[in-house]
Parts: sequence; structure tokens; C-alpha cells
Amino acid sequence: MDFRTELILPEIYQTIVVLLLFICSIIDNKRNLAVTRWIPWLAFIGIPLTLVSIDCEGDLFLNAYRIDLLSQFFKFSVAVGFFAAVLNATRQPTLEHGRQSDYFMFLALSALGLMFLASAVELITIYLAMEMASYSLYSLIPLRAQERQAAEAGIKYILFGAAVTAIALYGLSYIVASQHTTYIKDLALCEWSWAKSPMAVIGLTLFLAGFFYKLALFPFHFWAPDVYQGSSNETATYVSTLPKLGAVAILIRLTSMLKPGAEIVSILAVLAAISMTYGNLAALAQRDVKRILGYSTVAHAGYVLVGLVALTREGFAAAGFYVLTYVLMNLTCFWVVCRVAADGRNLDLEDLNGLHSRAPGLALVLAVGAFALVGLPPTGGFMGKLFLLTAAWDHGYNWLIILAAVNTAISMYYYLSMVIHAYTKDQTEAALPIQNEPKFSLVWGGALAVSVLALGVIPAPVFNMAMKAAGTIMP
Amino acid sequence: MLDSGFQVLTAIIFLPIVACVCLFFIERPSTVRVFTLIVSIIELILMKPLLNFQFNTTEFQFVERVAWMPRWGLEYYLGVDGISILMVWLTVAVLPLCVLCSWTYIEKRVKEFHFCLLFMTSACLGVFCALDFTLFYVFWEAMLVPMYLLIAVWGGPNRSYASIKFILYTLAGSTVLLVALIAFRIVGGTFSIPELMTKSFSFRFQFWTFLAMTLAFAIKVPMFPFHTWLPAAHVEAPTAGSVVLASILLKMGTYGFLRFCLPLTPVASEYFAPMMIAISIASIIYGGAVALGQDDMKKIIAYSSVGHMGFVTLGIFLFNQRGVEGALFQMLNHGITTGALFMMVGTIYERSHSRQVLDNLGIAKYMPAYIGFFGLFAFSSFGFPATNSFVGELLVLVGAFQANLWIGAAIIPGVLLAATYMLRLAQKLSWGEPSSFKQGWKDLNFREWVYLFIPAVFVLYIGLAPGLFFKTMDTSIAGLISDFKAKTSAYAIETQKAKSSLAVAGIEDPLDELKN
Repeated sequence: MDFRTELILPEIYQTIVVLLLFICSIIDNKRNLAVTRWIPWLAFIGIPLTLVSIDCEGDLFLNAYRIDLLSQFFKFSVAVGFFAAVLNATRQPTLEHGRQSDYFMFLALSALGLMFLASAVELITIYLAMEMASYSLYSLIPLRAQERQAAEAGIKYILFGAAVTAIALYGLSYIVASQHTTYIKDLALCEWSWAKSPMAVIGLTLFLAGFFYKLALFPFHFWAPDVYQGSSNETATYVSTLPKLGAVAILIRLTSMLKPGAEIVSILAVLAAISMTYGNLAALAQRDVKRILGYSTVAHAGYVLVGLVALTREGFAAAGFYVLTYVLMNLTCFWVVCRVAADGRNLDLEDLNGLHSRAPGLALVLAVGAFALVGLPPTGGFMGKLFLLTAAWDHGYNWLIILAAVNTAISMYYYLSMVIHAYTKDQTEAALPIQNEPKFSLVWGGALAVSVLALGVIPAPVFNMAMKAAGTIMP
Repeated sequence: MLDSGFQVLTAIIFLPIVACVCLFFIERPSTVRVFTLIVSIIELILMKPLLNFQFNTTEFQFVERVAWMPRWGLEYYLGVDGISILMVWLTVAVLPLCVLCSWTYIEKRVKEFHFCLLFMTSACLGVFCALDFTLFYVFWEAMLVPMYLLIAVWGGPNRSYASIKFILYTLAGSTVLLVALIAFRIVGGTFSIPELMTKSFSFRFQFWTFLAMTLAFAIKVPMFPFHTWLPAAHVEAPTAGSVVLASILLKMGTYGFLRFCLPLTPVASEYFAPMMIAISIASIIYGGAVALGQDDMKKIIAYSSVGHMGFVTLGIFLFNQRGVEGALFQMLNHGITTGALFMMVGTIYERSHSRQVLDNLGIAKYMPAYIGFFGLFAFSSFGFPATNSFVGELLVLVGAFQANLWIGAAIIPGVLLAATYMLRLAQKLSWGEPSSFKQGWKDLNFREWVYLFIPAVFVLYIGLAPGLFFKTMDTSIAGLISDFKAKTSAYAIETQKAKSSLAVAGIEDPLDELKN
């Protein structure tokens, strides 16, 4: 094993950030540490650091930890998402001042867990990394001042999470018992058909459930709308975006072991179909913006799986591209939600009324985010969907692609309803004033919207990177 | 292929988008109007190189081809031929008229309105110029949102219903188009439309892709069972919205038939032609009959659009030179005449604040110039000789009779209905008992003269001297038809062979597979 520090530079840096925040959190609360002032800068520095080791390759820690382009692609995505989420969370009205350093510590710790997840190539390491990413979230979700819903959401997330973790662990035991190894490299050589090793198929299906939970895929989606609604807007922003990156990274690694025609692939396809249809239909009935976005997460989890069931390099690259795009689109929408809810309340659709006159810039950003989530050109959402569907065509799941296309039309209605309220309804008296300084919210909201548009107009650089990344596991 | 050096298509597509960005920095509504008008005139000037269009080739001209995403085969690939260039001209010509007819009509959120208008123009031009299937789709979808906003923000009282119906209908159609696009990419190996045209696909593949594309295009046209979004959208949309909708958007559907269905899925087109012809005839008769029963002027014109577009689709699916020529003429004429009629309704609405026929009776007395124009456009609408629509309808009729006597006979009632409802409307407007006090009304002002005079010139010009237009479209259409005939007859010979060999082997017709 050759250990080179630069291989895990992003992780080391993130650990330092966590430790720094830990120190802050044990210092006397009364001192003003102005965490919110400097933490975005620290998060920002993390982005170029992930690019340092982007071309590196190597196995570390008894080959349980692999640095390759795939892992670095996802670490880069995590770093970008972490920066945006931190920036978003600095103006959190429902976060008590004394808890700021704790909050950001858990946030950074969760991002660190996701970075580990991107590199983990051994089942127990994967399990530990996943737990690390989740446990920090368990403590983050109830951190919303005097809000009973938040406590409820926190308990829900923990209970469901613990149950699913137990299932995953149980599945892990089946895999070990039947395949006698926990390394993905060796597992890839094993048989994964029901006829040859039924126990392993059950085991892997159960193990995948852990990531379906993170991804909010049907039937592990219950928590998403409730948790988004209960937790503060800023926490929901994080929960709805970054963990998806880790989950998709692992799903790509795990499904790449399968051969076309394996039963698990069919299970994935069926779950994807149910997830996107159910998510979109359920979202139609929602009035709370965060619940809408919650169900949209369920639908998008289904879309991402379309790329995975193809089991081709293009499919994995498309899934990687799409999940990064999804994170940015969702951050864009949540950015507007957080800025409009200046007092940290949950937004109803009616609260968006007249946004075009109150905050024309934010309204435009919201429109870009919402239409990107629908998948309209010229946004990244369209390109991502085009890549996903093209990659998956002619691999035995054409019905899934048609269903995904039909779902796009269904989803139009509820994403559009956000734009309708922002653009065509007039302001009601109870409307919230925009309190945040417009420059801050405009510049960064604009940056997010531009990045979403840029992924649609010039997708080549990012997609080529995703292609190369997918090439490391599926030449 | 002709290379002029100056990338004229890119210039005309992106000028409006650049202008959109500039709009952000303009504050005063009146400046916004003047600015957009100037941009639309610059756009017309930029079109000048397109006058060098070569009439005697079926090749695409003014081609621009740049790799967009090589790994996925996406290209930025533009070009025009005799079919699309007329639509490009129409789109660019309609923009200044839209700005002029909204000059006083639009009072709130002027900047956003012109933003949508410019963005729409870009997207529509892109649709007609794109030679890459994905690029086509990008523009095709990009025009949904601004059109939606035009209806939803500046529309009438029932605008929210109409706008949602519009966007859901059209989006539902185009999602299936996306699937067809992907299927063509995987099976045909390229997104490039000219290259796809040279390939031939299996019947089974053509069958499904034809249905998918037809759903998208038929909703856009709109053809008979899918037309319900159109009257709602037209009635609620502001004048300029109706004009863009009628003049350009509806053409995108029929353009899609010409550009995709006929060249890419010829065998399936022939297979489904009886169905398409039946639906077209249904559209013509139904549109005319329903238009006869309307009280709202905009509804009358909207339903008349359904009928007129029925002529277009009918002409396309006759697969003969006259029919397709007639279809293309009718596309152009409908753009001019119906656009003008919607502007006329807008003009009167600004005075009476009602679009009901009964509220606007007998205005000839007060507004002779207005009625003069109205009469011209109304006559043009039902295809009176010497007006533009006469040329188009006559060609379609000739094509229909060439194809089959009964098809020709079936659309005659439609022609009669068109005359009936248009004359009924014109008669009431001009000689009805004046229904309200109109003392303060003024006849057309200079601005209104301008935006009504321009289409009027074209109504008469195309009606009296259509030679230039024939010259433009003929070669391309002849190419399209001969290519179509070659492909279908090749397929017929193939199946004949296959059948005879199958008959020997005692296996059933491969078509039976589809009938299950």
C-alpha cells in the first residue's frame, strides 16, 4: 500500500474543518465566534482542493478505500454542494445563535461521510461511511427553534433510518455468508443471479435498501416530505441534495457488479417506475412548497435509476451527471425558498404570490430552477434527462423510458404551480417582505441559476468528466 | 451547399436573445417598446443574406454546423430549404407587427412582455432552422414557457385555466416526441436530420415513431380530437399572443409533419394516411361548424384556424406535389390572414372592451377603414379568389381531387362553411344595428394602419402573383415527394418479395404482428 497524502487531501481538509468547528462548539457560547462569517470561505476552499487529486488513482487502507475518477467526481460534487448548502445556511433565522458551531460541525461531518462514501469500495466501509453521513443528519434535523414539527421530523428520520440501516446490515450478512467477501472488486466476479446464488441476491437487495432510503426511492420514501416539512428550510436544503450524491455513487459501484438480465436490475427498474410515478402523482396534491420538493425528490430518485438499469458506461455517466444537475437544480429552488421565508417559516404556495414584483430576481431564479426540474431545455435538467433516456434506450427497459417521458408531463403541473404563484398571482396582504439584502441573495441565487443553465447549454465538460469517471468502473 | 461566410441563421436566432438581456437594463415602458421595435427591424435587415436563396436545389442552404457535444453526437446544425425558409420569413415579419399591435394594448409589465415576445421569436426561428433533432427539440420546448407566460400574465379573465391547458397539452405531446428522438438516435445512429433522411427504418420502428411524432405534432397543429386547448388559449391570450400562436406556433406542427414524418417514416406515413386524411377532413368540417355557432369573435377565428390547419394536414398527407404545395401555401396564408384577423379583433377590443359580436355590431359607420381591412381579411380567410388563401385552398383541392374524388368532395362543405361563418361575422360587424354608443370612437390611427396594411399587401400579392413563392418551394417539395415515393415503392417491392418468400414457407404476414 502506498500512502500518499494528496490522495485524500479533500477528506483531510474536511476533517480539519470539522475539528475546527468542534473546537468552536466547546468554547464558551457567549464569545462571538462569528462562525457564519468564515465558514462559507472554508467550504469554498474545499472545492479547488478536490480538483487537486482529480486525476489520482490508488487504493488505500487495505484496499477498502479507492481513489479514482469516479470517487473524485462525486467528491467534487459534494464539495460544490456543501459550499452552496453552507452559504445558504448562514442566514438561518431559526437557528439559535449558540448552536451555530454545532450546526455547521454536523453539516461538515455529514459531508465528510459522503466523501468517504464516494471512495468506499468495501461493504463494511460503505456501511460505516453511510452511518457517518446519516448520524450527523439525525442531530441536525431537530435543530429548529421551538418547533414541534422539527422534533417529529427528527424522530421519524431516526426511526426509519435505524430500521433501514438494520435491514441493510442484515443484507450485508447474507452477502458475506454466500459470497465470502466484502470487497466490491471480488464481488463483481461472483454470480448474482437468483438461480445460482439466491441468498446473495436477497442480501444485495436488502443492502441496497439502505441507499434507496437516502435517495428517497419508493418504498423508502415516507420520510422525505415529512422531514423536509419539519426541518428548517436550510436543513431541508442539505438533506434533499447532498446525500443523493453519496447514494448514487454507491449505487453506481454496486450495480456495476451486475450483469444485464440480473433479477436485481429488474427490481431496480420496477422501483424506478413506481417511484417516479408515485412521487409525481403525490406531489400534485401538495400545497407546501417543501413537500412538493420532497415528493419531487422521490420522482427524481426514479429518474436517476433509469440510467443505472442500462448497466452501461453511458448510463452510469448519465446518472452521475443527472444527480449533480439535480443537486444544483434543487439547491436553486431551495435557495429561493429560504430567501423568501425570511422568518424561517414553511412556505405555502400562496406565500410565493407576487414574487415577481417583490423580488423579480428571485422569481427568475425560481423559474429557472423549477423548469430545470421539469426537464425543459435549455437547462441542465433537460440535458440530464436526454442523456439518461438515450443511454437507457435499447437495453430492455424501453417501457421505463416512455414512462419517464410521460412522468415529465405530469410533473409539469406542480413545478409550474410554483411559477404560476410567483409570476401570475398578485401579492396578498399577508405576503412576506424580503428581508435579506438583495445583493447576497441575487448574486448567489443567480450563480446557481446560471450553473443550471450552463449545464444545459454547454454540458460537454462536466459530462465528459462523468464519462471518464464511469470509465473507471466500466470500460 | 452555399456558404455566405456570414452566419446569418445564428445571427437572426440570437439577436432577439441578446435583446432580451438588454431589456433588463431599460426602465421606461415606452423605451422598451421602441427598443423592441428597432430590434425587430434590425432582425429584418439581418435577413438580407437570405435573399440569396437558391431556388433550384433541394440541398439545405446557409448551413452552419458545429460540434456541440461530440461524445453524444449533438450538433449545432442549422440550415434552411424551400420548406422552412418561408416560415423563417413569416416568423421574422410577424415580430414587428406584434410589437405594434401591443403598443397600447399591454399596459402592465411591459418589459416582461417584450422579453417573452423576443424569446418566442428566437425559439420559433430555431425550430424552423434546426437540422439536428435535439436542437430542434430544445427550441421546440423553449418556446413553451414564454407562450405560457404570454397567456397567463397578460391574458383575459380565464387565463389561468387556458394557459395551464395549453402548456400541459403541448408538453404531453412533446414528451413522446422526446422518446421518438431518442429512438432515432439509437436506431439511426445520429441526431442529424439530413443524415436520418437518407436512412431507411423497419416498418415496425416507423409505425411507433410515426405515432409518437404525430401525437406531438397533431397537438400542436392542432388536429381535431386534440384541438380543445386552442380556442381556450386564443380567447384568453393578448392580441400579440394570439398572433404568434396563430401565425407561427401552429405552423410548427405541420412543419414537423413535413420535416420528420414524411422523410423519416415514409412507409408509416403512407400506412396511416387514410387516418390522417380522415382526421383532417373532420378538423375542416368540425372547425367550420363550431365556428358558425360562436358569439366571441376570437373564438370564431380560433375555430376557423382548426379548419384551416385541417387543409394543411390534408394537403400534406395527399403526398402529391399540388397537395403539399397547397399545404405550404396554406401555412403561409393562414399565418398572414389569421394573424391579421386577430390583430383586428385586438384593435376593436381596445375600443369596445368586448370581443362579443353582439357588442360590436354595425361599426362600419364609425370605422370605415377598419371594416375595409376586415372585409379583405375575412374574404381572404374563406379563400376568395384574388386573395392569398384562394391559392392555397385551390391547390389542396386540386391535390385532393387528383388523389381521390371522394376526398375532394368531402372537403367542399368545409369550404362552404368557412364562407358562411366569415360572411356572417363580417356582415354583422359592418351592417348590424349599432349596439352601443360609439360616438367617441376614432377610426384607425397611423400605427394601426401600419400593422394592418403590411399583411393586406401580402394578402393581395400572394393572391395575385404567387410565382415567387412557387419558385421558392417547388424544388424542395418535388425532392420531398420523389424521395417519399422512392422510399415507399422500395418498401412495397421488398414486402412483395418477402411475402412471396413467406408464402412459400407458409409463414404469416409480418404486419400481423402489429395487429395484435
